[in-house]
Amino acid sequence: MEAPGRGAPAWFLACLVGVATGCAAPSEDDPTTIRFWAMGREGEVVQELVADFEQEFPGIRVEVQQIPWSAAHEKLLTAFVGRASPDLAQLGNTWIAEFVALQALEPLDVRIASANTLAPSDYFSGVWDTNVIDGTTYGLPWYVDTRVLFYRKDILARAGYDAMPVTWSGWLESMKAVKRTVGPANFAILLPVNEWTQPVIFGLQTGSPLLGDEATRSAFTEPEFRKAFTFYLDLFRSGLAPSLANNEVANIYQEFEKGYFSMCITGPWNLGEFQNRLSPAMQDSWDTAPLPGPDGPGLSLAGGSSLVLFRGSPHRDAAWRLVEFLSRPEQQVRFSQLSGDLPARREAWADPFLTQNPRTSAFWEQLQRVVATPKIPEWELITSRILEYSELAAREAAPPDTALARLDADVNRILEKRRWLLGRDRTGGTEGHVSP
Amino acid sequence: MSTILERQQARAALQFLAPALTLIAVFFFLPVIAGLLLSLTDFDIYAIGALDTARFVGLGNYRDLLHSTLFWTALKNTLYFVLVGGPLSVAISLAAAVLLNSPRLRFRPFFRTVYFAPVVTTLVAVAIVWRYLYHPRYGLLNHILGWVGIEPIDWLGDPHWSMPAIIILSIWKNFGYNMLIFLAGLQTIPEELYEAASIDGAGPWRSFFHITFPSLGPVFLFVAVTTMIGYFQLFAEPYVMTQGGPLRSTTSLVLLMYEEGFRWWRMGVASSIAFVLFLLTLGGALLQLRLRRARA
Repeated sequence: MEAPGRGAPAWFLACLVGVATGCAAPSEDDPTTIRFWAMGREGEVVQELVADFEQEFPGIRVEVQQIPWSAAHEKLLTAFVGRASPDLAQLGNTWIAEFVALQALEPLDVRIASANTLAPSDYFSGVWDTNVIDGTTYGLPWYVDTRVLFYRKDILARAGYDAMPVTWSGWLESMKAVKRTVGPANFAILLPVNEWTQPVIFGLQTGSPLLGDEATRSAFTEPEFRKAFTFYLDLFRSGLAPSLANNEVANIYQEFEKGYFSMCITGPWNLGEFQNRLSPAMQDSWDTAPLPGPDGPGLSLAGGSSLVLFRGSPHRDAAWRLVEFLSRPEQQVRFSQLSGDLPARREAWADPFLTQNPRTSAFWEQLQRVVATPKIPEWELITSRILEYSELAAREAAPPDTALARLDADVNRILEKRRWLLGRDRTGGTEGHVSP
Repeated sequence: MSTILERQQARAALQFLAPALTLIAVFFFLPVIAGLLLSLTDFDIYAIGALDTARFVGLGNYRDLLHSTLFWTALKNTLYFVLVGGPLSVAISLAAAVLLNSPRLRFRPFFRTVYFAPVVTTLVAVAIVWRYLYHPRYGLLNHILGWVGIEPIDWLGDPHWSMPAIIILSIWKNFGYNMLIFLAGLQTIPEELYEAASIDGAGPWRSFFHITFPSLGPVFLFVAVTTMIGYFQLFAEPYVMTQGGPLRSTTSLVLLMYEEGFRWWRMGVASSIAFVLFLLTLGGALLQLRLRRARA
């Protein structure tokens, strides 16, 4: 009676030990384990690529930890403060400046120069630039994103347009024509009022630096940004765009299909979504186009994620191997197929998977004209202020001049610390913590 | 003679108390003092990288708060939540307790468990379910309102309805706890008082206002103070349901503190918000004590 009762756990335990040791010792040498933090969908699909990497490099084991996007920023910062950073991570490229200010990231220039499979010229220059802080490269672009126009081809054709105009004035005329076609209950374009990206993109297009004096002062009240802001707000005032937040539009795919709006500015993640969520009948009726600009093709944001190494990691060399592996053109293509993200390397764009989808060509074209937003740690906080005040103005809760003046004052207050640091570094000669 | 004995006793007492006092000092008073000092500096992301970039700014953070529209919005939202949600929650708890205490009620343990269940459920799970209930088109709540001819309400998308939506959720989530405390208080009221009142011809309302309510005095004070303190700390509900939106209509002080501290890493500013919140809560608690005492 007693024997099986005792025997079963012992047998079970032996089994567990076997499994555990089997996992821990795949090769003769003690393998290096590196911890890799990746976000959301990317963290899910990269597991497949990592399996191949482990086969090619049996001495390295990779522990992929999937972090939800919504918590990624906080988790990375808390991990750094608690000295629990991973060895390498995927980092949204607008966060790099912040982690450089923390002195958390490993400079990569030497590694990039000595790697024979990496050529900086094979990357989109605007995206590459987001990784360079003060002349030093801290991240390697993994995938890219930018914003382009998604539009209803059929409605535009009915309004008399075969192609999307490339200048602001032409674009404005096309929006007015669309508005006349769709009637008063519908709109030409959806520009959610609670997003900072639209006013910022228009600002970059008019040549506004957004921040001036080595990013220590707001440039939001200067003529360039004013011009962009006026253009943006006029779209609401002339009834071309509804002043709604993105959560006030129940389902943008349904509304797009119904013709509630005929254009929107969004990114590559929506290529897949539009394909899946719009009805099959709608599939021939939508397309993408690069953004128009004030006097010709316009700029857009250089978005995407980069791979970074953490300075405190003892396994930086092993982690760099994984970075190089994930940057190979064939792995870039595979990753793009799995995740729907656009590859960072131009060479990968020659693959039929990308060339066969005509809608990605707008992204290809746009990616030649992308610029980085100011590369300072305060930028995220500043975007939250841009959002706040542009929403006030778009909802006509404050006149545009007042909104800009208040934005200007807030941003200058936020940048006070940066002005002090730069001034101190210049006079005091302490080691610079601030990148101009 | 007695002084020596007293001193010895005091020393022995101190020795027994030492472990507890040390723990309280290390894990409570030290962090509070550190937080207070932090609120007088501009400790931020640069200071995490290099400590010598932190500056002493005196009351600068507090002055900036007074000039920040976002702070006033958050304060207004928090007071809205405390002043509307708090009393409503206490009233519903009391009503539920009185009903549960009724001698005519059957299956009392069942109802007690059902009403208490939301208190012990994880808020995040609950919030996800409530997001469905609140959905403007497919939500159960709007469906029911539709039966009585009320137009669908965009509970979480409309700045006017977002705070009421958060209040309803919070009351549902929390009233069970206070209900149990009230129930315990009700059971200590001697039955004879009610008997005497009914002989004198008092109806149920009169015996409630002249027996139940005064007898619950101390319990009521406890519930009111703890509820107020808890409601001042509104965070998880808007964090999960609305992220503080729409148009900042559900940004509470604690949510703002969280954003400043853990999103923008402006620890100095975040600490100053924490102390403002502390002073507000303390003021509220003292006011309630004062009101009680004045009435007694």
